[in-house]
Amino acid sequence: MDDNNLIKKLHLFERKTLPNITDNITISKLAEKASLKEIEATRAIQWLSNKNLVNIAEEIKDIITLDENGLKYVKDGLPERRFLKAINGKTKVSELKNKGKLEDDEINICIGSLKKKAAINIDKDKEIIISLTDHGKKLMKKEFLEETFLKKDFPLELKYLSPEEKFSFDNLIKRKRILKKETKKIKKITLTAEGKKLSKKVDSKANYAERLTPGMLKDGSWKKKTFREYDVNINVPKINRGKRHFVSQAIEYAKDIWLELGFKEMTGPMLQTSFWNFDALFTAQDHPVRDMQDTYFAKNPGTGKLPNKELVSRVKKTHEDGWTTNSKGWKYDWKEEDAKKNVLRTHTTVLSAQTLAKLTKEGIPAKFFSVGKCFRNETIDWSHLFEFNQTDGIVVDENANFRHLLGYLKAFFKKMGYEKARFRPAYFPYTEFSVEIDVLHPVHNEWFELGGAGIFRPEVVKPLLGIDIPVLAWGPGFDRIILEFFKINDIRDLYKNDLKQLREIKDWMR
Amino acid sequence: MPTLTLNKKVLEKLMGKKLPLDQLKDRISMLGTDLDKIEGDEIIVEVFPNRPDMLSEQGFARALSSFIGVKTGLRQFKVHKVEKNYKVVVDKSVKKIRPYTSCAIVKNIHFTDEKIREVVQIQEKLHVSLGRNREKLAIGIYPMEDIKLPIRYLAKKPSEIKFQPLESNKEMTGLQILSQHPTGRDYAHLLEGKALFPIFIDANNEILSMPPIINSEKTGKVTERTKEVFIESSGFDLKAVNQCLNIIVTSLIEMGGEAYQMEVQYEKKQLTPDLKPEEWDLDINYVNKMLGMNLSKKEIKSLLEKMGYGYEKDKVLVPAYRTDILHQIDLAEDIAIAYGYDKFIPEIPNVSTIGEEDGLEIFKRRVANVLVGLGLVETLSYHLLNKEIHNNKMNLKAKVVELENASSKEHDILRSWITPSLMQVLSNNTNREYPQGIFEIGNTFKANTAKETKVEENWRVGVALAGPNIGFTKIKQVFDSLMNALDVNFESKEAKHDSFILGRVARISVNKKNVAYIGEIHPQVITNFGVEMPIATFELNLSDLYTEVKK
Repeated sequence: MDDNNLIKKLHLFERKTLPNITDNITISKLAEKASLKEIEATRAIQWLSNKNLVNIAEEIKDIITLDENGLKYVKDGLPERRFLKAINGKTKVSELKNKGKLEDDEINICIGSLKKKAAINIDKDKEIIISLTDHGKKLMKKEFLEETFLKKDFPLELKYLSPEEKFSFDNLIKRKRILKKETKKIKKITLTAEGKKLSKKVDSKANYAERLTPGMLKDGSWKKKTFREYDVNINVPKINRGKRHFVSQAIEYAKDIWLELGFKEMTGPMLQTSFWNFDALFTAQDHPVRDMQDTYFAKNPGTGKLPNKELVSRVKKTHEDGWTTNSKGWKYDWKEEDAKKNVLRTHTTVLSAQTLAKLTKEGIPAKFFSVGKCFRNETIDWSHLFEFNQTDGIVVDENANFRHLLGYLKAFFKKMGYEKARFRPAYFPYTEFSVEIDVLHPVHNEWFELGGAGIFRPEVVKPLLGIDIPVLAWGPGFDRIILEFFKINDIRDLYKNDLKQLREIKDWMR
Repeated sequence: MPTLTLNKKVLEKLMGKKLPLDQLKDRISMLGTDLDKIEGDEIIVEVFPNRPDMLSEQGFARALSSFIGVKTGLRQFKVHKVEKNYKVVVDKSVKKIRPYTSCAIVKNIHFTDEKIREVVQIQEKLHVSLGRNREKLAIGIYPMEDIKLPIRYLAKKPSEIKFQPLESNKEMTGLQILSQHPTGRDYAHLLEGKALFPIFIDANNEILSMPPIINSEKTGKVTERTKEVFIESSGFDLKAVNQCLNIIVTSLIEMGGEAYQMEVQYEKKQLTPDLKPEEWDLDINYVNKMLGMNLSKKEIKSLLEKMGYGYEKDKVLVPAYRTDILHQIDLAEDIAIAYGYDKFIPEIPNVSTIGEEDGLEIFKRRVANVLVGLGLVETLSYHLLNKEIHNNKMNLKAKVVELENASSKEHDILRSWITPSLMQVLSNNTNREYPQGIFEIGNTFKANTAKETKVEENWRVGVALAGPNIGFTKIKQVFDSLMNALDVNFESKEAKHDSFILGRVARISVNKKNVAYIGEIHPQVITNFGVEMPIATFELNLSDLYTEVKK
């Protein structure tokens, strides 16, 4: 940028300060010379420094000022002086205290310091008796070094003290609130070569317009103004915008995919009876997943109600001997009490079961999806949370088959950003075929596991729907995708609600 | 899921083939076991709970060698007929205690230290998986040289049971075992409180074991001298008890043993083990329809054989160790696994359905969009909270739904409102730039006996503003904007609520239905959360509002 161009862009404050800069000038001096407030000069210097027109040297100074007691002693004299003056032959301490107007702690200091200077004798007789030594008498006529020091013109700078002054300072700073030492950073400004050149050309009185005001527009005075040119490449302070939580953004995106694929949304409660969460999904009542350590059970109310008797009896019979599903069943006595226990849903597949129970023959073929929170009784650490998101889907269609299942899953994950998905055999109590879904990490080129899918067993479908037709079903977890996209390594960071993180994190864009 | 540790060299020997490492990994995964890792000669796999027959080296190798085509089809397991006194008498006393047992004798096994360890491992894996940690069933194995047939299975008072349990140097009673023996203590809950405990006892009146807890040191310890063993599986589910015996006996036969049947005498007598395959009908059309394929009978036969089945005269012969075949869909799945999940061509069918988002979900998103437009940041908190934050810090005594078994005391209730979560967020962000404006849309829980779970769930939105110039006006402006955007008319009334400053809180209703509180948070509450800024909030029941709006 040439000089003239640069000059045009200078802010009024910069134009006012620039010609006033002399070598090593402080900001307060500069502000005074330029008739600016100190804050205005500070900002101007920062801008000039950004343009390499000034150098800022920082000097650290230890500044000494008088504290509360110091100010008092300057007026009344040091306590030890008052103490000495009050001694008259052999004098009791209590007498000294009254005459010298001394506090208890001051008395102690006086005795200590005067004893050290060999100025007093101390005798004990019921009470402490003080008398002057010969040296003490001499001292009466002389000024203490500390007294000389206190008379100086404060503030003082530590490094400029003479050895005597330093000695006095060291003694006094130890005492209660006599002196104050503060470390200050002092900025000293010097023009750079470029700055020197420019400072001669700057017209500090030139009248560039800063802002365009409504007044100028009203009276047309803008026509006569020259507007100061801005540095339009400047970095400006950040503003905080309103935004959805990044997890919500990802969920909205996933929902849109299912809607595009023609799926209808399922929603429902998070607290469910075991009947829906487990029994309707053909999970035997002694299955380990129903153990206390995996599933959250509610205490009050600990149990809920079962749905209509017909449905309950179908499910019961299916567990016990297969009912009319051509299955052998699990062969045990199914208990209503176990089915009534309230649990926090362990999968959104519970919604798929409830949807099947409501669906009528006329509604088929049908496709449904859900995205929602599920719960797992787990202690939190970097890779485990007790709440997680799952996306479920079912396709209820007389002609659905295994290849369709793979087709839907592949389409969904492709839209989620994973070009490659692979399917492995797996096991779930409620699906057969059962599939584990892996997708290829787009950057690391490694497979990672997203969760399960399959075709609902006849033992699930027939009791709920009344007929046995293929129902494709899936329920992959969702959180690993979110972690991968936002490059989050600690799963706890999903819900730590740190406003800095929330304000700065990028948006979901896939 | 139970894991199994395999030695690669042993596995290769049992399989009869060596595979390159990457192929081995691939085949293990595609057979339907989760490969954990391969390190040197050590292979760790997770076996799915439906395949307890694969929980031994023999069982695993058997499945894998069929799958890779080395030894396909049904394996024949010979079981010799019952000899003279190969008999177990089941006394009526066990009927209500532990009703079933299935037994076998296996001869001609050369027990080395290594082999004993292997058998114990199989036994333990079966206890955990099929046996549900011994709750459903348990297995005992006894050296024939130390016991005398026939055996009796009966139940006695615990005080009358006295024997020296394994790993102990003295005799103990049934109750002493439960309270003093380490294994006894681990499984005490399975017998505690019962009047009678089950035992196996031999012809010399020596106690062999007290299932499902422990064997006797004298008569129930297999050593390197042992050549023949008596095996029993006992429990509550005859089918599972039989299957468990089948799994362990087939593994022992594959180790070189010869199995003999025993007569188990209830009121009627039964012969166990029965290793005859079970015959299943298979509808080829059904299989093809489910797979979306067009496989011939011949192809299906060969695929079934890769999974260890036989196929003769249109019948599938299911091996006796398979416990997981409930329906022909289970056979169809094995056909798919044999075909290879990776070989199916995914397809999207041409079926027309119309996508539809849930109405309340759309409503929730509209609310979020309005609040984002007002510059607020959405937070998401857990639905699980604790009473300290939910009630005490909020200066409230609200009734909440509690959890029975939460593993953390920090999260042992279900929240009934959102504001405590928002306060917690503000409390964690006192070092962040003010003003702060946040909102959260979340589910809440409260008792309602009319509901299926006796709990009603409501979606609510909470908004909180914090900063030096925050007050009632600011929060009311946000609320008014939202209601204006949703085109909702509301009524506002003075209210009393202990979380808010007296006289600065309003109750909002729509069509006479109370839907929201709005106000300035009480300074004591703000202080309880360690915040030093004025806070104003509102909380609106979206489930109820949506119902009113739809009317």
